[in-house]
Amino acid sequence: MINYIIRRLLFFIPLLLAVSFIGFVCINLAPGNYFDSLKQNPQVSQDTIRLYEQKYHLDQNVFTQYYYWLVNISKLDFGYSFAYKIPVFEVLKSRMFNTFILSLSVLLFSWLIAIPLGIYCAVNQYKFTDKLFSFFSFIGLSIPSFFFALLLLYFASLTGILPAGGMHSLNYEAFSPLGKFLDLLKHLIIPTLVIGTSSIAGLQRLMRGNMLEVLRAQYITTARAKGLPEYRVIYLHAVRNAINPMVTIFGGSLAGLLSGAALTEIICNWPGLGRLMLDAVMSQDLFLFAGDLLMISFLLILGYLIADIVLAWVDPRIQYQ
Amino acid sequence: MKKSYSQLGKGIRKLKKHGLAMVAFWVLVGLYLSAIFAGFIAPYHYDNEQRSLSYASPTKVHVIDQAGKFSWPFVHKVSQKFDQFYNRIYVEDKTEKYPLRFLAKGDSYYILGMLKANRHLFGVDSQARIYFWGADSRGRDLFSRIFYGGQVSLSIGLVGVTISLFLGLFFGGISGYFKGKTDTLIMRICEIIMMIPGFYLMLSLRSIFSYSLSSLQLYFVIVCIMSFIGWPGLARVVRGMALSLREREFVLAARALGVSDIKIIWQHIIPHSFSYLIVAASLSIPGYILGESALSLLGLGIQDPYASWGNLLSESMAVSQLKFHPWILIPGAFIFITVMAFNLLGDGLRDVFDPKMDIGRKF
Repeated sequence: MINYIIRRLLFFIPLLLAVSFIGFVCINLAPGNYFDSLKQNPQVSQDTIRLYEQKYHLDQNVFTQYYYWLVNISKLDFGYSFAYKIPVFEVLKSRMFNTFILSLSVLLFSWLIAIPLGIYCAVNQYKFTDKLFSFFSFIGLSIPSFFFALLLLYFASLTGILPAGGMHSLNYEAFSPLGKFLDLLKHLIIPTLVIGTSSIAGLQRLMRGNMLEVLRAQYITTARAKGLPEYRVIYLHAVRNAINPMVTIFGGSLAGLLSGAALTEIICNWPGLGRLMLDAVMSQDLFLFAGDLLMISFLLILGYLIADIVLAWVDPRIQYQ
Repeated sequence: MKKSYSQLGKGIRKLKKHGLAMVAFWVLVGLYLSAIFAGFIAPYHYDNEQRSLSYASPTKVHVIDQAGKFSWPFVHKVSQKFDQFYNRIYVEDKTEKYPLRFLAKGDSYYILGMLKANRHLFGVDSQARIYFWGADSRGRDLFSRIFYGGQVSLSIGLVGVTISLFLGLFFGGISGYFKGKTDTLIMRICEIIMMIPGFYLMLSLRSIFSYSLSSLQLYFVIVCIMSFIGWPGLARVVRGMALSLREREFVLAARALGVSDIKIIWQHIIPHSFSYLIVAASLSIPGYILGESALSLLGLGIQDPYASWGNLLSESMAVSQLKFHPWILIPGAFIFITVMAFNLLGDGLRDVFDPKMDIGRKF
């Protein structure tokens, strides 16, 4: 098993390199860089700028810059954020944690609702509730995340039940540990609902389809013929087999999840990697940009890896060798 | 070729029986027509502003006058005042009536970019203003700007998907037909592009281009970015088709007759994967519309004074504004309806063209 994980990890390294290189090239192709605005600032001397440029090899070509950046990464030095005036790693640490919390909450929310819903709809195929849920999932798939987020924020601001954006209340520091946790949960509701709705819709449809296919299989007929009670047929035989393709989907759905999370983060003012990316692009903060892209790819790969491991665990037919 | 044509005809006949898909189709036809004739439908030009009417609420159209009698629909002139809490309110001047006029004269515009005209579907005399869906921060008519915005938002989907289709056909066709190293190379590139979360890729690509571009340039930049993100998905569809088609007898026959590879791809393989492509394309159009909206929403896309649905929605990013002027959310509803219509149409098309679904329905 460990062998298998290591092999999967090795497979992901070229991907990480490719993604970060694309990011590096993009920001280097951009007209101007952060120093252009720094040079306008009379408080910053030309020598300081030259020092920075030399330290990070910014006066050389893309490939050299990329090479030195990689060398530094191996020492856990992600470079210096010119906009935030602190090492990039410091900025990324907290942001990555925030994005991770949000993604985790969305994953839990959507999977815990979508899977039972899909099973229920498949078992009650073509009945009223099935049609109703199918209709809702269609709306969920079609509603743009930013529009849904704005709608929810509008209602939050009207009713005042939920906080309209942000991650913590103003007096967060004064809360007890439990209060802090509840405060965080309260702030999580809107972004989770927004990102979760579209993924629930998609997952519910897939699960329903898988279940319907499995329910037609001959071993289900056999199970029923044996005289097993219906709940055992469905939960032990059908669901167990219908869930395998869903685990495969898990890895693939992560890119979409993180992408949707980024936009929602920006609208809901959630201080995560997506928001940071926008700031980095706007201020042309080279190392922040590259570091952010690397971190998001890292989260993605972590997800793929978990999906692979879970799939190997759920489906005993998969060989590690 | 003749057979595939009749298949298309059969498909269209089947689609006509698909109720929901047809509704979606006519909704889309309506939206595109409204975008083409935006100048006529909109009572004002997209840049016609009156700053004293910033965030004016939707104009009330009255049918009962002061004397309590029914009359032709009319509006009152509106002016800005402050209430005792210094909130901005708009009061109607009830002394004068401004009747709603059809085919009223107003700002000049070009029909289809050629014919100059100044008649609008409806309007009121220029002393008063009619803001069906309220005004934005600069006192411009949201109703007018939404239809002008549709020109950008709706066309980007079609233009983007066309470019992606060409790229996808080209690379997917080559990849599937030649197999081997070319295939591996192209498919790895596709996989890398598809693996990067779309939003991050979009921002990275957007960062290449300057922020101070003209609107036409920006339009093309957005189209290019969206097509670049979109082509790998279509290329994979084409590749899959090409891989299975290249072993079929008619392709072998063409090759035996000495037809060149490029000609085989364009004349034999691509026409046969057309129905799949139509489905894939119609299902991917919402992605382009959403991408443009997201970029414009963040201020990286279409810039003021030009309108696009995302750009119009960006005013509602400030929740404090949204609370008092909820009508600035209306452009979002248009995006929602468009995306939903394309999804429904795509689903219908898939039911019609996908033989696998046909088998599924027999159970």
